[in-house]
Amino acid sequence: MTGPNSTAAAPPLLAATPVDISISGVNLSYGSNHVLKDVNLEIRPGEFFAFLGPSGCGKTTLLRLIAGFNEAQSGEVRVGGRDIARLPPWKRDVGMVFQSYALWPHMSVARNVAFGLEERPLPRAEIARRVEAALDLLGLSHLADRRPSQLSGGQQQRVALARTLAIEPKVLLLDEPLSNLDAKMRVQVRRELRDLQQRLRLTAIFVTHDQEEANTICDRIAVMNDGVIQQVGEPMELYERPANRFVAGFLGTANIIDGRMGGQGTDRRFEAQGLAPIPVPTTAPEATGLMFRPQDAMLDDPSGPDVLTLPGRIAQREFLGGTIRYVVSCSGREVLVDRPFQSAMTALPVDTPTSIHVPRDRIVWLTA
Amino acid sequence: MTAVALPALPAPRRRRLPTTPGQLALAAAIAVFLLAFLVLPVATVVYVAFTEKGTGAFTLVNFLDFARTDLFVRSFWNSVYVSGMSVVWASVLALPLATLTTRFEFRGAAVVQTLGFLPLIMPPFVGAVAMQLFFGRNGSVNLLLDDWFGFKIPFMEGLNGVIFVQSVHYFPFILINLVAALRNIDSAMEEAAQNLGSSGFRLFRRIVFPLAMPGYLAGASLVFVKVFDDLATPLLLNVKDMLAPQAYLRVTSIGIADPMGYVISVVLIVASVFAMWLSALALRGRDYATTQRGGGGLARRKLKGWEKIAAYGAVGLILALVLAPHLGLLLLSFATIWSFSPLPDAYTIAHYSRVFGESSLYIKNTLIYATLAGLIDVVLGVAIAYLVLRTKLVGRQWLDWAATAALAIPGVVLGIGYLRAFYGVTLPDGTPLAALWITVVLALAIRRLPYALRACMAAMQQISVSLEEAAENLGATKARTVRRIVVPLMTGGILAGFVTSFATAAVELSATLMLVQSNSDAPLAYGLYVFMQSPAGRGAGAALGVIAVLIVAASTLLSNMLAERNSANQGRKT
Repeated sequence: MTGPNSTAAAPPLLAATPVDISISGVNLSYGSNHVLKDVNLEIRPGEFFAFLGPSGCGKTTLLRLIAGFNEAQSGEVRVGGRDIARLPPWKRDVGMVFQSYALWPHMSVARNVAFGLEERPLPRAEIARRVEAALDLLGLSHLADRRPSQLSGGQQQRVALARTLAIEPKVLLLDEPLSNLDAKMRVQVRRELRDLQQRLRLTAIFVTHDQEEANTICDRIAVMNDGVIQQVGEPMELYERPANRFVAGFLGTANIIDGRMGGQGTDRRFEAQGLAPIPVPTTAPEATGLMFRPQDAMLDDPSGPDVLTLPGRIAQREFLGGTIRYVVSCSGREVLVDRPFQSAMTALPVDTPTSIHVPRDRIVWLTA
Repeated sequence: MTAVALPALPAPRRRRLPTTPGQLALAAAIAVFLLAFLVLPVATVVYVAFTEKGTGAFTLVNFLDFARTDLFVRSFWNSVYVSGMSVVWASVLALPLATLTTRFEFRGAAVVQTLGFLPLIMPPFVGAVAMQLFFGRNGSVNLLLDDWFGFKIPFMEGLNGVIFVQSVHYFPFILINLVAALRNIDSAMEEAAQNLGSSGFRLFRRIVFPLAMPGYLAGASLVFVKVFDDLATPLLLNVKDMLAPQAYLRVTSIGIADPMGYVISVVLIVASVFAMWLSALALRGRDYATTQRGGGGLARRKLKGWEKIAAYGAVGLILALVLAPHLGLLLLSFATIWSFSPLPDAYTIAHYSRVFGESSLYIKNTLIYATLAGLIDVVLGVAIAYLVLRTKLVGRQWLDWAATAALAIPGVVLGIGYLRAFYGVTLPDGTPLAALWITVVLALAIRRLPYALRACMAAMQQISVSLEEAAENLGATKARTVRRIVVPLMTGGILAGFVTSFATAAVELSATLMLVQSNSDAPLAYGLYVFMQSPAGRGAGAALGVIAVLIVAASTLLSNMLAERNSANQGRKT
C-alpha cells in the first residue's frame, strides 16, 4: 500500500475555501427515545473535528443528521451559513465516508468514484479528470479497474474516500473510518487522513469511540454522552480540564474522590468520607468531587509545599511496560498511581504502607 | 429403503481422522441408492435416445428425426416461448410487490407477502381448471366483459392459458428471491448513493436493482425451468404441442419402445441444464448482496397520496389474480352446475361425500407415499450432509452433486426412465418392479431430495463444530454428542426438510402420471387429474383439489413454524 501521492499531476481537487458548520438547538427522538438533546455546536472552517463518545451516545446520529439521513424534530444545521436541515441528502454536498465503506460491488473502482460526478451530471471530460485526480490523490490509479471485492480493507477505505472527495464536497464526514482496519493500519491511515485534510483544507468531522484516534487526528473534540454534548475543546484541554466526571473518566484514567465543599471564606474546605478536610482557596467552585491523573500523584515524596496527602497501603501492582501502576488502598478507596518504569528500579512490594502526594495545582475540581 | 440408510445416524465417526469403515459403508449405500434410482434411469433414457432401436448401435438418427418432425420443432419453440413469457409475466407480478413491501412503508406488507405464497400451495394443474372457469372463453370474467362491453379477452386460449396459469403460479419464486435480495442490501449502499447526489428512480436503477439482480436471476431461472418441465398444466389445458406433453404422449400412446419419447426427454434435460448453467454464469462473482457488513435493510419511504392509490390498486389486482384459482376451486367443489354463468347455479356438498367415500383411497395413498418419500429424503439428507460436512471422505462431494443433479431432471423424464429401466426387472411373482407402488415413492423421493438435502445441510452448517468439541471436551462420547447436541440442534431443520418434501411430493404429478399403473395405487394428484378429464368429474376433482391445498397449506404452515422456532432457538451466529 503506497501513501497518498502528494505530487498530483492533474489539477488538484477542492480549490474552494473551507466552510464552517453551525448546529443549533437540535433535538431528535425516536418515539420516546430522546437521542439528541439540545445540541449546539460551532465547527470552524478547515477544522478537523471529532464527535467522541461511547456507543449509543448519539455521535453517529448527529453525523447522519448533518448528512441528511436523520431528521431532527427541531433545530438548525448550517453549512457555510446556509441552513440545510430541510434538504434531502442528495442535495447537500456533504461528503460522507461510511463505516462499512459501502462500495458498490457491481462497479469497478473507477465507476464507484465516477458515480457522484455522473449524478451531477458533469461533462464527460470533467468526470474523467476528476476521477483521475481523486484516484491519484489517494494512490489508487493502478487499481482503477478492480472490483471492490478484490481490494484489501485499507484500499477499500481509500476508494471510499476518493469517491467522496471526487464530488468536491463542502464538508467531509467520516463515520468510524478506522474501525474496520487492523491496529497497525489504523495508525498509518489516521496519519494519512490528517495529512490529506490539512492539504485539502477541508472541514472534516470524524466520529469515533476511541479517544486516542480523536486525540491524534483532530483539532477539537466534542465529547458526547447520552445525547448531550459534555464538553468541546482541544484534546489536551479536555484531558487537563475535564468539565465533569464523564469527560474525566472517558478521556484517560482518572482518580475521582467524591465529597462536598464546607466552611466559609478562608475556612473553606473539601470534605470527603475517611479523609482529613482539605483546605481550598475561595476561588474553587462548588465542587462535588476532586480528580487527579495517576501520573500526577507521587508515592512517599512529599516534596513541594502544597500537596494533598493520602495515607494508604499498596494493594496491587501492575506492570504496564512504560509505567508501573500501583493500586493503593486509602481508607476504603482505591487510588491509582503511575510511576515511570526505569530499568533496574525496585518496585514497591504489595502490602507496603505508603502515602500518596498530589500537588494542589494538579487537582481538578468537579462540579458535575 | 430406509434400512439401507438408517445406520447413518448412530454411526458417526471422528471428523479429522482418516476414513472409517462405517463412513465408507454409509457412503457406498447412498451411492448405490442414487445410482440405482437416479443415475441408472436417466442414463437409460439417454442411452435409448442415442441408440438404434433393436440393434443398440450408436446413432444420431433419432435426433435428426426430432429436428425433421414439424410437431416436435414447434413443440420445442412453444415450450421456450411459454417459459420465457411466463418469466416475463411472473416478473411483472413480482416486481411491484417486492418493491412495495421492501422499499416503502406499506401497510399490509406482511399480508401481501403471505398471500404471495398462496399459489405455491396449489399444484398448478389444479389452478388451471379453476382459472378456466374465471378467465376461459366462457368464464366469469369474459361473460361479464361480453355483457358490459361486448368483447372478450382470450386469457386462456392455447399457449396464453399455459403462460397465464404458470406465471400466476410461479411468480412467488421470483418474489421470494427478489425480496430476500432487496432485504440483504446494506442501507449504507443506498445512503452512499444519496450522499453523492443520486435519488429516486436513478438510484433504484443504478444501485438497488443491480444489487438485487442475483436474487432476481435465481428466481427467474427457476421459473423458466419449472415451466419448461411441467407436464400436467398443459395437458389439463389441452395444449399438446409442447415438449413435456409430447414426451408423455409418445411413451403412453406409442409405447416405451419408441425412441422419440427419449429424445424429447434428453432435450428437456439439456434445456434445464442449459438454463441453470446460464443463470449460474450470469451470477458468477456476483454473490454480493449478502456479503456486506453491518447496517440494516434499505430505508423505507412513505407513499404520497396518488402513489398510495396506485400501489393499493396494483396490489389488489395481483392478489385477486392470485386468489382466483383458490376461490374458483372452492366454488367448483361446492357447485352443482357451473357453466356459461359467472357463478355456479346452486351449491351442494355431494362432491365431498363422494371424495371421502369412494375416493378416500387417493387421500390415503397420498399420505403414505408423501410420508415415505419425506422420510427417505430426510434420512438421505442427514447422512449426505454429515458425510460432506463432517468427514474427509474422498469423493464425498459427489454424493452432494449427484443428489442435487436431480433438480435438472424433469419429472416426466424420471418417470420414463423408471418405466424403461425397471420394467424388465420382475419380482418372484412375475410383476414388473416398475408397476409396483413403491417406484412412485422412490421417484417422489428422488425428485424432492435436493430440497431436503439443502435443509439438512443448512441445519448442520449452523452447528458450530466447537459446540460438538465442547461436549467431547466435557466427556461425551462421539455418539452421545450426536444424540445430545447435534440432533437436538438439527431437529428444526430436519423437520422443515421433511415437511417440505412431504408437501411437494403430495401434489407432484409429472412422474406419478407415468408410473401409476392401477387406480388403486393412485395418489391424490393422479385422481384429481383423472376426475378433471370429464365434465362430470370436475366437482369431485375440485373437492379433491381443496383437500390437496389444505394438506399442503397445513404442512407449509407447520414448516414455517418449525423454521422460526428453530432460528429462535439458535439466536446466534456460528
